[in-house]
Amino acid sequence: MPNEGRQIVIPGQILGEIPAFKPGRGTFVENKKIYAERLGVLNIQDNFIDIIPLKGRYEPIVDDFVIGVVEEASTSNWMVDINAPYPALLHVHEVPWEIEFADTEKYLNTGDAILAKVLSVDESKKLQITLNDRNLFKLKGGHIIEFEPSVYRRIMGKQYSMIEIIQKYTRCRIKVGKNGRIWIDGDAEGIAKVLQAISKIESEAATFGLTDRIEELLKKDAKDVR
Amino acid sequence: MKSDIELITSEGKRLDGRGPEDIRKIKIEAGVLHRADGSCYMEWGGNKVLVAVYGPREAVPRHTQNPLRAIVQARYNMAAFSVEDRKRPGPDRRSVEISKVISEALEKVILTEQFPRATVNVNIEVLDAEAGTRCAGLTAAGVALIDAGIPMRDIPVAIAAGKIGGQVVLDLGKEEDNFGDADLPIAISPRTGEVLLLQMDGHLTVDEFNQAFDLAVKGCHAVSEIQKKAVMHKYQAIAAEVQE
Repeated sequence: MPNEGRQIVIPGQILGEIPAFKPGRGTFVENKKIYAERLGVLNIQDNFIDIIPLKGRYEPIVDDFVIGVVEEASTSNWMVDINAPYPALLHVHEVPWEIEFADTEKYLNTGDAILAKVLSVDESKKLQITLNDRNLFKLKGGHIIEFEPSVYRRIMGKQYSMIEIIQKYTRCRIKVGKNGRIWIDGDAEGIAKVLQAISKIESEAATFGLTDRIEELLKKDAKDVR
Repeated sequence: MKSDIELITSEGKRLDGRGPEDIRKIKIEAGVLHRADGSCYMEWGGNKVLVAVYGPREAVPRHTQNPLRAIVQARYNMAAFSVEDRKRPGPDRRSVEISKVISEALEKVILTEQFPRATVNVNIEVLDAEAGTRCAGLTAAGVALIDAGIPMRDIPVAIAAGKIGGQVVLDLGKEEDNFGDADLPIAISPRTGEVLLLQMDGHLTVDEFNQAFDLAVKGCHAVSEIQKKAVMHKYQAIAAEVQE
């Protein structure tokens, strides 16, 4: 196989047995055998069998940076869509502003975008997010595009190499949320190039040497590079 | 229903030239729709089925939510042009029943406990019907669910066995379904052999039933291989293309 090392697995596929291997993310155990629970790429490290999903919804994890869109402003909180199966709650105590009772709409209203962090996820998947941290703020202007959340790691690249390349060649301000949303601010030409790069990364996520190919793609018609 | 067509010859040759244990030609393509979270297009003999999967997402209205697990809402629908006489559009007794049994079959393979309060929507659209659409729909739904990245214990697969002209055969065609003696669609989880769906129309003796059941299970495993190949093909093709 040309792409050995990146083995694609499908649900129900047997991956190993319990004493020799340990079950990690994306797997389940039945009769001491480890099976894949979803479509993804097999990753074995220190006898831990993990599956890096190829597709699927964003599953919120505490401390993830996410890009949210405000759905509704209530008297003491906002409901925010973070692209997860459930809406997230943003309480007035979790924003950096002093807010008078029922004054929430002045600060954030329906349709506003924010860069937030997942604060808590409880048993029944009730989500809370926060804006109370450095690097968290309301996103003014710009565009939001969505991508397959499972390719987040490829979009960032090793030590942010990929995202730095994209920023370098397109001269756009880019914020990437773990929940499959990217916020871009820049000129139309730059945004078009970011879109092109992201869709290439998405479709070729399960391959090697992606960073080089993206650099090549962006280099082709780059006029001036910062 | 009686007719004077000979559905199967004494040598075991059927109307379309198949033997008693032959399956019609199956073609599966995953990920054909861009707006859906997962999708699958399937051709099974003369059946054409399109499946779109959405979710997991929050279940609405809220009283349908289960605080412990996700619910699975499958919707089986036949297009007005899928049969010879125009089918009156909209849900009818038959499609409501099929939607229910397919929902319950899928609920058993999806790891619903990972998504409390959520729903997984599976839309099965029958574009062209030629007997065995519920089996084709369920099989295609399995592929669409993988394509949507939904965690599952196994890939569900279905096929029908039946009795025509006194003989037990696999995968009934249109005439065989209409003029045959019995139809037995089943769905299984091929890894464990658990039965996910079992219905029967017509009459079978206990022996015939067991024979048909075993034949259908065998057929399910054969279809399962085609299913797996289709998924692997789609995702490995992308990898191979770039390597060249």
